[in-house]
Amino acid sequence: MLQDLDRIGPELILMVVAGCILLTDLVLRERDRGWLPFGALVGLAASVIWTVVLIQRDREGVAFSGAYSLDTFSIFFQFLFVGVAGLVVLASVESVRRLRYQGEFWALLLLATSGMMLLAGARDLILIFIALELTSISQYVLVGFLKDDRGTEAALKYILMGAIATAVILYGMAFVFGLTGTTNLLAPDGTPIIATLDSGARAGVIAAMVLLAAGFSFKVGLVPFQMWVPDIYEGAATPVAAFLSVGSKAAGFVVILRIFYEGFGADSFVGSDWSNLFAALAAVSMTVGNVMALLQTNIKRLLGYSSIAQAGNLAIGVAAIAASDGGLALGASGVTFFLAAYVFTNLGAFFAVLAISHRLGSDTIADYAGMGRRAPLLAVVLALCFISLTGIPPTVGFVAKVYIFNAAVQSDLVWLVIVGALNTALSAYYYLRVVSHMYLADAPVEGDIRPSPWLAVSLAITGLGVLVFGIVPTPLIDAAERAAGVFG
Amino acid sequence: MLTFLVFFPVLAAIVVVTLPRDQERNAKWMALAVTGAVFVVSLVLFGLFDRGEEGLQFTERFRWIRAPEAGFDIQYFLGIDGLGLTMVILTGFLFVVAVLVSWGVELRPREYFAWILALETGVLGVFTAQDLILFFLFWEVELLPMYLLISIWGTGRKEYSAMKFVLFTLVGSALMLVGFLVLGFAAGTFDMQELSRMEITGTAIPLPAVFLLIFAGFAIKLPIFPLHTWLPDAHTDAPTAVSVILAGVLLKMGGYGMIRILVGILPDTAQDYAVWLASLAAVSIIYGAIVTLRQTDLKRLIAYSSVSHMGYVLLGISAMGEVGLTGATLQMFSHGVITGLLFVTVGMIYDRAHTRNIDELSGLAHVTPIIATTMIIAGLASLGLPAMSGFVAEIMVFLGTMDRFEAPTIIGVVGIVLTAGYILWMVQRVMFGPRNERWAALPDATAWWEQAPMAAMLAVILAVGIYPARLVEIIDQAIQPIASRLG
Repeated sequence: MLQDLDRIGPELILMVVAGCILLTDLVLRERDRGWLPFGALVGLAASVIWTVVLIQRDREGVAFSGAYSLDTFSIFFQFLFVGVAGLVVLASVESVRRLRYQGEFWALLLLATSGMMLLAGARDLILIFIALELTSISQYVLVGFLKDDRGTEAALKYILMGAIATAVILYGMAFVFGLTGTTNLLAPDGTPIIATLDSGARAGVIAAMVLLAAGFSFKVGLVPFQMWVPDIYEGAATPVAAFLSVGSKAAGFVVILRIFYEGFGADSFVGSDWSNLFAALAAVSMTVGNVMALLQTNIKRLLGYSSIAQAGNLAIGVAAIAASDGGLALGASGVTFFLAAYVFTNLGAFFAVLAISHRLGSDTIADYAGMGRRAPLLAVVLALCFISLTGIPPTVGFVAKVYIFNAAVQSDLVWLVIVGALNTALSAYYYLRVVSHMYLADAPVEGDIRPSPWLAVSLAITGLGVLVFGIVPTPLIDAAERAAGVFG
Repeated sequence: MLTFLVFFPVLAAIVVVTLPRDQERNAKWMALAVTGAVFVVSLVLFGLFDRGEEGLQFTERFRWIRAPEAGFDIQYFLGIDGLGLTMVILTGFLFVVAVLVSWGVELRPREYFAWILALETGVLGVFTAQDLILFFLFWEVELLPMYLLISIWGTGRKEYSAMKFVLFTLVGSALMLVGFLVLGFAAGTFDMQELSRMEITGTAIPLPAVFLLIFAGFAIKLPIFPLHTWLPDAHTDAPTAVSVILAGVLLKMGGYGMIRILVGILPDTAQDYAVWLASLAAVSIIYGAIVTLRQTDLKRLIAYSSVSHMGYVLLGISAMGEVGLTGATLQMFSHGVITGLLFVTVGMIYDRAHTRNIDELSGLAHVTPIIATTMIIAGLASLGLPAMSGFVAEIMVFLGTMDRFEAPTIIGVVGIVLTAGYILWMVQRVMFGPRNERWAALPDATAWWEQAPMAAMLAVILAVGIYPARLVEIIDQAIQPIASRLG
């Protein structure tokens, strides 16, 4: 047992650092609290270093009697989650300074991140549940951090709905446990646990599948479990919304891949069932998300609906896994690559919105008029990210979209790809409308908007990521394929 | 060399957009130098091109995205044959023209010329890409510059028109992408050369469905009735230079794609559906011509005439034979220059008179003889007067289709009569007729940057009309292998 502890070292470091931040926050004077984010950054850096050391020492493998797996997949997402947290820390240095409880903010952010990292490696229902709760509860608090009316309402909504989703997930897990007698996702010989059952248990397995899919659809914001998304994005502080939009979504899809691809199996007797389920969720989410986004006048709500549509795109990849005989790792690598692309793109968009609305004091799209002149750098990054979300080259979003569509075509899901492709055209309408608004309309008020240096750094990283991986995507695709190679 | 050709404009665009504000005026000079250099390179390619050798020349390839296990191997693969070369020369030429007719742009010139240059990269990429996904990438690259060029520098309902353009194109390209992916998966490669050599079987959906998906993308771009409605709006509200590029080059991406991908890669399916293509072509020709007759806005008139003229391209393709395909290609080249020239003259009239309404204009031949003469010659070329490029192209199209589809060919010939009708009627109302005092003070086109493009375009129209052999030989180099597979 104890000799496995080093394998979850990266997560433990973050938890310890979170605790240290809370303690030092108590003794720090008000004006010294500005140093706390750098403590968080040091913690994140230490966590990355630990992971690198683990790789170099060949410590990849299964720990805690199969509950946790340090493999290329979990390592990929550990890097991704630490990267997300790092960028969010950089971007929120300035806006957190105005908060009363700064130490708590950084600590919760690190705890949520460590929860996500645990999720990436979790192969046991109990560990999945614990990690999920660690992430979710930290996020509930973060959403309500502003303590204003909107934020409190959003947090309350998030907690209530999140609790229901958790209950549904637990119920589904109970079914799995009841049927198989174990909480492990894999049988000792490495086959998916559900595949060890005979098809007489089909009804129970289907019930478990539907419950788990519903619960995790909530976490990633798939229709019809999406209601909370726009409200929470609008109500939460922008850095928190940014963190939620990519972190929570990525973590949710990581668990979906683990549970369904590893636990239920692509080849098992329910393989085509969960594939169909996710195909339907994908089609509905893309369409509903995009249609609703057309109507939005608030940029954060627009991003909320856009993230619902993007969750639909990701679900195409999940559906592609089990749609064809033998299972298609390409679907999983498609989801992995898409998530990485989405991290750069959506974080960039949120950071630009953060900087602009911070100065404007408004999230209305109409107020973005003339941003091309007032804030050239911000407008360029925001435009680039929106183009990437639409899936127009030369951005990483284009490659991600083609890649995931390609996976679906290989699984004979041509109808789903047609739906997805037409949705691309639909989404162009609202994304480009914002872009044209920034460059076309005259600014009602003059005055340059400059992001703080920290925010500028994170904007530059995301913007460059969107562009560079759009032109040279091979390294990222390689990494995603190696990560998804864990399955199947 | 092709890589330089394709990416030089966009790299230059970055330089142009970062020029300091006090050097804003140099943006157009830089743009002229860049487009000029691209044109020169395209002429060098024309000179070096070996007509005797079959297949692609000047190829450049490396593996761009490597994911072989995922069936996602995408090459960076550029190369041109006679078909691509013709389009590249047309592109190089018309972009120089586009920069010159934009000489008077005062609104944010750095961004304007930067977007024009970025657009050129996208278009040249489409005509040189030899990998389906790379082709698709360049196809999409063109969207954003066009959207911004129309919606910022356009007139009238410019945002509506720009968005309409984008949405139509995106719907088409979305379907096209699905078709490409299905093809690529069935064949195990996205390499257009390999694809056009192999027999494709085992697609996830029936081949005719794949054909239809891809055809939808190209038909919207060409455009073919009833998918053309974006075109008049986009043309009417776009700035002159963008109209020239749109009519001259962007529509040709549709025709080029049909020949290269639909006929080149799916010859048997194309053969099976040829009669449908011919019927669509006939409807487009007649519908376009009749609607054109009723237009009162000069730009809309020429835009609708493009719908009709692009019908001839589709008609030529539907013949599925060497003569028809060559004629279609020549028609694309010729229409690009002729309609480009018409848009140039209309743009000049609009810049001066601030109206494009035919009813308000009258007697312009007296006040602006240079513009008037140019427009009349371009108009005559457009209606297919012998000794001009339009004539040769249309004759070849008709020769190609006559044996196979009699009725559509006859309809096509009737279309020419209608063309003569609307062109001559338009010229008569705008250029002749009573002198109108309101327009007495209109200046003629006297600046060098106005006269140079007009003269050059007239020269090309006449040169191709009188001695088409050189161009036809080049085109034939590419069409012959395609036609031979049609069997």
